[in-house]
This record gives sequence, C-alpha cells and structure tokens, in this order.
Amino acid sequence: MSATPHVEVKGLTVTARNGAGEIFPIVSDIDFALNRGEVLALIGESGSGKTTIALTLLGHARPGAKIAEGSIRVGECDLTKLDRGALAQLRGNRIAYIAQSAASAFNPSRTIMDQVVEPALIHNLMPRAEAESKAVDLFRALALPFPETIGARYPHQLSGGQLQRLMAAMALITDPELVILDEPTTALDVTTQIEVLRAFKTVVLERGATAIYVSHDLAVVAQMADQIVVLNQGRIREAGAAAQILHAPADDYTRTLMAAARPAVRPAPPKIALPAAPLLEIHGMTAGYGKIGKDGRPRIPVLRDINLTIERGATLGVIGESGSGKSTIARVIAGLLPPASGQVLLDGETLPPGLHGRSRDQFRRVQLVFQNADTALNPAHSVGRILTRPLAFYHGLKGNAARMRVLELLDLIRLPATLIDQPIGGLSGGQKQRINLARALAADPQLILCDEVTSALDTVVGAAILELMAELRRELGIATMFISHDISTVRAICDDILVLYAGTMVETGPREAFGVAPFHPYTDLLIGSVPEMRAGWLEESHAGIAPPPVGGQGDHPDLCRFLPRCPARVDGLCNTTPPPRRPLSKGSQILCHLGDESLRPS
Amino acid sequence: MAGASSRSGMSAALTLIGKRFASSLLTLLLVSMTIFVIAQLLPGDAAQEALGQSATPEQVAALRHEMGLDRPAHVRYVSWLGGMLTGDPGQSMVANMPVGEVIEERLPNSLLLAALAAMVAIPVALSIGIGSAMNRGGRIDRALNVVTLAMVAVPEFLVATIAVLIFSVKLRWLPSIALASSDMEWGEYLRGVAMPVLTLCVIVIAQMARMTRAAVIDQMDRPYVEMAVLKGVAPVRVILRHIMPNAIAPIVNAMALSLSYLLGGAVIVETIFNYPGLASLMVNAVTSRDMPLLQACAMIFCAAYLILMLIADVTAILANPRLRAQ
Repeated sequence: MSATPHVEVKGLTVTARNGAGEIFPIVSDIDFALNRGEVLALIGESGSGKTTIALTLLGHARPGAKIAEGSIRVGECDLTKLDRGALAQLRGNRIAYIAQSAASAFNPSRTIMDQVVEPALIHNLMPRAEAESKAVDLFRALALPFPETIGARYPHQLSGGQLQRLMAAMALITDPELVILDEPTTALDVTTQIEVLRAFKTVVLERGATAIYVSHDLAVVAQMADQIVVLNQGRIREAGAAAQILHAPADDYTRTLMAAARPAVRPAPPKIALPAAPLLEIHGMTAGYGKIGKDGRPRIPVLRDINLTIERGATLGVIGESGSGKSTIARVIAGLLPPASGQVLLDGETLPPGLHGRSRDQFRRVQLVFQNADTALNPAHSVGRILTRPLAFYHGLKGNAARMRVLELLDLIRLPATLIDQPIGGLSGGQKQRINLARALAADPQLILCDEVTSALDTVVGAAILELMAELRRELGIATMFISHDISTVRAICDDILVLYAGTMVETGPREAFGVAPFHPYTDLLIGSVPEMRAGWLEESHAGIAPPPVGGQGDHPDLCRFLPRCPARVDGLCNTTPPPRRPLSKGSQILCHLGDESLRPS
Repeated sequence: MAGASSRSGMSAALTLIGKRFASSLLTLLLVSMTIFVIAQLLPGDAAQEALGQSATPEQVAALRHEMGLDRPAHVRYVSWLGGMLTGDPGQSMVANMPVGEVIEERLPNSLLLAALAAMVAIPVALSIGIGSAMNRGGRIDRALNVVTLAMVAVPEFLVATIAVLIFSVKLRWLPSIALASSDMEWGEYLRGVAMPVLTLCVIVIAQMARMTRAAVIDQMDRPYVEMAVLKGVAPVRVILRHIMPNAIAPIVNAMALSLSYLLGGAVIVETIFNYPGLASLMVNAVTSRDMPLLQACAMIFCAAYLILMLIADVTAILANPRLRAQ
C-alpha cells in the first residue's frame, strides 16, 4: 500500500440554492480516500447525494449546485483549485465518467465511433486512425457484437446493454487513472446486467484504474467494490471495507438497506374456498400491433398463445425482461389493446375486447396501476381531487360522502388525512405511488393490475409499498396481477408465477415450484442473474455466458424463442421442432423439449 | 453490416425526400386552384377596371369577350394552368404586355432584397440565439431577450419610418427612396437598399433568434450534453458539434418560415421605400384587377414558400439518423 492514497476527499460540502434563494447543503462533511487500483462504492437511495459526490470527482456540480467546501485530490491535483480550462484537460482524459443511462448520454445524432474517439481527439492524445483501432480493440474486449463495424451505428440502433458497454469504451479510450461509474447497470435487465458487470470487471478494473462505483444495489456493489461508503441524506452513515459492510454492518441504516434489498417471503394467506369460477381467465390470447394476417397473427406479434387464470384474492406474478410483453398482458386485460385472437373472461363472462362495449361496471372491476406515479397523476391536482374523481365516476359519490371515503382511503394506504388538500406535485415518490394505488382502490375493484409499481422507487420505499399491498390484500381480498422484472420480489409476494420470454409463456406454476430446480432454461438464467450479496459471486456464476451460435435455425414461427440464448438446447431438435408444453414434477409447466431428467439440477 | 444498413438508410431517406417533394407539388396544384377561385371572387374584373365608370355594358362585354373573360371558369383555369406549366403565364391585362416580362423586371429586385436581408439576418440571428442560450439566465441573455422582444413587437412601418427619420432626414446618410435599376453601381445600389434591408432584418432576426435560443436550450439539459462536458469538450465545441446537429431541424424550420416572409411579406417595406419589387407589383395587380399578373405573383410566392419548407424538411430528415434510416 502506498503512503499517500490516490484519491482523497476531505470535508466536502456541496450546496444548492432552492426556489426561495436560500442556500442549503446537499452533501456535507464527506471524507474518504482510496489507493490506486481500488474500487470504492457509494451506496444510498435517491437523494442521498451519491451522484453529486461522484460528479465532484470530475470537478463538476450540476446547474444550481456548487462545491462549497473541502478538498478533492486526485493524484497531485486538487480539483477545487483548478479553473475551467484545467478541469476540461482532466475530464475525459485522466478522469473518465460512465453515465447512468447510456441511452440518453450518447448524442442521438452522431455515430458511436465519433463519440467514442472524441475524448482522445480533443485532448490531442493520438491521431484519429489510432484512436479508432484502439476503440475497436476495446469493443472486442467488452464482448460487443461486430466490433469492427458497430462504431458506424447510431445510438438508436443499439440496445441498452450494448450502449452501456460502448460508454465504457468511450471512458477507457484515454486510459484514465480514475473512472467514475454512475449507476451503470440500474436501467438494465438482470440478464443484461450480469453481462455488463462481467465486461466492466474484466476491462475497467483489470486495467488497474481506480474507480468510484455509484449504486443503490448492495449486491451489485459486492461484486465490484473494495470499500463501501453508505450515504443517507447527504451524509456518510458508515464507511469501511466491503466485507465488513456486507457481513457485519454497524449502522442501523445499512441494515435497513440490506433488509429491503432482499424481500422476506410472505406466507400466502389461506385460500378462500369459493366454489365459483376463477376471477380472471385468459384463453389462447394472441396480441400485437399492426394488421392481423391470414393466420390470425398480427404483423408485429407481442404475445402468443397466453393462457392464465387468477383466482379470487390471489396474486399472479408476471415476470420477464423488458420487451417480453409483460405490460401488454395488462393492456389487453384493461381493454387498451384488443387482442388479435383469444378470450378474456372476468367472473366467467367474456369481456369485450376493446374499451368500446365494456360497461362502466366492467371498467370498475379491473383497475390498472401504472408504473410511474409521477406521470400517471396530474401534478397540479390535489390528492382529494384525484381520489374523488373515480368515486364520482363509478359510485356517484359527491360532497361530504366522497370526502369521507377519501379519508378512509388515505387511512387504508397509511397516509395522514392532512394530505387531502395537498397538490400531488409536492409529495415524495413513495407517497405518490400510494396515491396511485388508492386511486385504483377507490373504484372498489376485484382485480388490480400493477405494472412495475415499485421499479421506480428506492428499495426501502418499494419494500414499504409491497408491505402495504400485502396488507390490503388481506383486508380487502382483491386479486392482483403483479408485473415485475425482479424475480426475488415476485417469488416473495405472489401465489402463482408466469415467466414470459419474447411474448411466450415459458414457465408457469405456483411459487413453491420456483424455489427448487430444475427450471426452464430461461427461468434458470433469470434466477442465476440476480446478484448475490457476497464477493466472488460474479466469478462463480455461469449465467449469461452466451452459448456458441446454433446452426441451421428454421424460420418456423412456433420454434422456441429462447433458442439463440439457450445453453441447454439440443441441435437438431430445438431448431427444427416447436417445443411442447410439459409438466415438471415440482409442479410447474414449461415450454421446452427437455424434462425433469435432462434439465440442469441446481 | 453497418455499411449495408447505412446504404439502405440513404435510399430510405431518398424515398422520404421524394415523397415530401411529391406532396409539395400536390400542394402547389391545390394552391393554384385556390388562387384561381379567390381571384374570381374579387368584385369587378379587368374589363370594367380598364374602361372605367362611364363605360356602357355593351362596351364592357365586348372587351370581356376580347380578353377571353366570358369563357367558363374551368376552361379559363385549365388554359391558365397549361400556360403556367409551359412558362407562359399569360398577358397582363392592364400593362398590355406578357406577364412574364413584367415579372422578369421585378423578380430579380425582390430576390436581391431578400438575399441581402437573409445574408445579414441569418448570421446575426444565429449568433444572438446561441449567445443568449449559452448565457441562459445571465445578464446578456436577459438584455438580448428584451431587445428581440421589442423588435418583434414594433410594427415594420414604424421601424421604416423611424429609420427614414434618422438616416435620411436627420443624418442625411441614406436616400429615403430605394431606386433599383440595372445601370446602377453596386455601391450606389447598396446605399439605396440599406434601409429596406435593415427594416426587413429587424423583423426576421428577432423571430429567428428567439427560435434558435429555444431550440438550443431545449437540448442543453439533455444528459448527452452533460456527458460531453464531462468528457472535457470545450463549450463552443459542445454547441457546434453536440447540440447543433440535434437543434438544427427546428432552427432551419424557423428560418424557412422567416425567410419566406422576406419575399411575400415585404409589401409594406417595398411600398414605404418605393422599391420596385414583386410584392408591390402584386398589390397593384389587385387594385387593377389584373388577374393573370396577380395569379402569377401568388404562385411565385407559394412556390418560394414551398421550396423553403422543402429545404427545411430535407434538412430535418438528413440531420436525424432515425428519419434517415426509417
């Protein structure tokens, strides 16, 4: 260990100015140091100041904020003492930044190569041809497809995971001594996250760069960090070696974070014995966009042959990666997208396919809760106004009766009655999501469709929402369709689980069946991609290592959709014959040629 | 792979541009019908106007027959459109010479005035717009904001009158009437048109600068701009290489709108400075019910407008890789 640390931050305070012109601190008294080649993780929820601190290591504060006090030393430079020009010399040269959402951090109008080599060119480090060949080497090292030509593409032609790796190439083109990674995998699916993490680990860290890794996910950090700093509301709660923080956290807040990251499995409430038909049934539903062809499939099919049932008061979890068609199922049930074929039955009677023809009572019984409460609720309306609207629409409640019911609803979602006249815009993310839920409950529905309701929330806030939903279910007996990309949450709270891959159901069954192997190869990949909260997991995991390309794939539309990524496929069978739906002895049904004996045991 | 995709991208862009061009032609055809119909709706006609109040109905009818005005409207429309297509917009009824020749005399004057105004206005507007966007909220931005707002708000006849008052009457630097003839020296000509150009610029600079500022600011808060700053890209390069490719489409659109005004909207300026341009010719054609001339002028203005819009759309298509590869 060298005598002086490579990066040292002392007494850092960043201030901002609020609407009234008052200056207040967003982070204060931040101290940490790390040696050359080490990785330090900044962990915290949104608003904890982790990104603010990470940006100060580039000498940058977002508009409105200001580095007020303290010193930030990288190598021999104190960044707080440098002027704009000197900072520009360091940025993208000795200190590189990898932004949270590569999809929006790449310029949409310029080619990838143009942007990747730009840091090397503006700092006059090498001629363009040399920079381009170095970029191609980096693309190859980061396991990007078509490394020779991918640079000629534009950002909209690439996936989120590819862009995130390309951003790493852009950061590494100048061989920086310090790399700042700002939540680089938060916006990705777990299956993509593991690929990107692996690429980062081999390429960023093994080049000996010092790194600051910003994240809210302790399990991800466990794979990357030597040291962890836990932040809450702009202050350090706990700092220390990664192993100590992960295995022996000293601070209460750290323990809360750890608990929220892994939801406890809730016992299923006793099934209500009702002889009646299931609440919701879907038979042979196919849906998509564009004209419906002769074979009954739409031009751009999203869902194929979906069959599911939800019992009264039960919770069905729908899980899959982005683009798998999870939200489309909810849209079909709600009537927003008429299916191309198949039936949706509510309480035994067929629902009209589209919004037209559904009665007000049918609307009332199925309520949709959107993912993002920020955009689903009008920020100018008050809590009372938002909740009164469905009461008047479905139940004709007005005046004092409506107000009483709104107060009841607020009590139900554990929010104080004093919020009733507050505008939505002033509430926190968790409070907004509760109102979003209450708006659906106001209709007094039989089924609520929850589309990624906790995805935009911090883990601790999200865990509280899940807790609330479980209570509501006990108290009101409402059936729920819970759409999520997070298999651990789904396993914790749902009675039945449906795994969706590219619009087909690849595995369905009760949740107990999702606790034991064997799984459908895609379920196996999903479960295996969730990072575990221990160091070394990434190295041991086999998930997400792409199998060699398969030859001679037929173009039959019913062939297994997972075939190109499947590690268990059988050449000559999987690429010629559509897979059958078969039961596994543990109680689930899979869409696969393989069975109990031939699938990978855990 | 990428090569193939960019080739097909270019052909896709060409198809898109081709479609856009075809729709411009269709618009022009519809406009020609509208112009023709509206011209018919004007009270009175050239025969009546030429003969004056004292003419007997028989005299008017005879002249009408001579001018071909007694034919049914659709016949006149088809023969007029055919003439337009073959480059013969007909005979000016009042000047008694081919419309082509009348316009030939005036059009270069108008184009020259518009070109000079554009040459001054575009760089100034871009500089003001970008400059105030870069200093968003700062003193320079606020000052420019007040100035451009004032420029938009003041009507052009007032600008022109004040300019004449200052430069012609008080300072005696510039002539108050802008004469343009082919035998003038360039220096003399420029002195003559200085005030019309200045007046036109006042109006369009303000519009273009405000649109440029809005378009640039719209891009400035995007994450890719912060990313560029954190790559160490200098502010001027951030604007020119990162923001401009994304802001160019709305800016060019605003410019096309403003520039189309330079041609057809210059009536007031042409009238005040007595400048022999196309816009004042068209006004004269209205008062003298000289329909062939009026229709030809209107078609020229519409065509110019459509060409500018087409340029703006093509720029937007070429600047956006998503549209290019659609």
